[in-house]
Amino acid sequence: MEGVNWAHAGAAVLAAFLASLVECLEALTVVLAVGAVRGWRGALGGAGLALLALLALVLLFGPGLARIPITWVQLGVGCLLLLFGMRWLRKAILRSAGVIPLRDEAAAYEREAARLRGDPASAGAWDGVALATAFKITMIEGIEVVFIVIAVGSAGRMLVPAGLGAAAALGVVLLLGLLLHRPISAIPENLLKFGVGVLLAAFGTFWVGEGFGLRWPGADWSLPGLVVGYLLVAIGAVLASRVDAVPAGARG
Amino acid sequence: MAMPGGGSMLGGAVREVFGLFVDDAALALAIVVWLLVAGVALPHLGLPAALPPVALFVGLATILAVSAVRRGRASGRR
Repeated sequence: MEGVNWAHAGAAVLAAFLASLVECLEALTVVLAVGAVRGWRGALGGAGLALLALLALVLLFGPGLARIPITWVQLGVGCLLLLFGMRWLRKAILRSAGVIPLRDEAAAYEREAARLRGDPASAGAWDGVALATAFKITMIEGIEVVFIVIAVGSAGRMLVPAGLGAAAALGVVLLLGLLLHRPISAIPENLLKFGVGVLLAAFGTFWVGEGFGLRWPGADWSLPGLVVGYLLVAIGAVLASRVDAVPAGARG
Repeated sequence: MAMPGGGSMLGGAVREVFGLFVDDAALALAIVVWLLVAGVALPHLGLPAALPPVALFVGLATILAVSAVRRGRASGRR
């Protein structure tokens, strides 16, 4: 029986926690705007329905993954992780370099609140606009969380640690939302995205290599090496593409 | 059989999922092409065992750096 592989478990928990933190913060901004402008019944109802739909998706597709040969899981998940992680990392590099503007949660909140105020008031007991808006944002960000948890967890049989990382992030964001009742803009979101992009790119490269049947130097301990490698390359890319700062607050 | 608005909702969902993985088409294409080349060639080149995984990483890291720097320089020229 194999023991816990800490090189993988630690990185899986960290990647799932940080990525989920970013996604939950983005969802929280919109749900708070919906609640403040259209009422909490629709906001919480929509978010709750989306969480139930996400749970159903996990229960429907999760057990099937265990029946797929591990090599295919490593290759499929690794390729998707690379596409997903490199996209995140490239965007974080460009934001750090001032090529594209940083995301501003307070500005996103104001924009969403202004849009919601413009929609007509609901006549029924349930506000359809509030319900649909909260459902959609929770579903979109939640699918990303589910993908990340499955991706970093399934190929190395680390679904439980990755799931715990995501659950911890959800708990932190819910707590902050309950305490503050306003968008959380103090968290350095781009720095988180930078770190998550590095971790996901490293995981993706590792799994694809395993899927190809390559032998990593140092076996599983090459994963921290890949993290350092991508970090150095990303910092170099920031320095090489740095332009004058773009003001924060634009979309994205 | 299509429900009113059902097509656009499904299309929107497909676009959202696609957008999770593809933001810059050139970056995504370069990654896929390099993975295909690496998957076919690297295990069969007869290189020392430590080199193919390093080559896989170097190729991907180069693709990332070139994509970001090109975008940054294009932005700086505008």
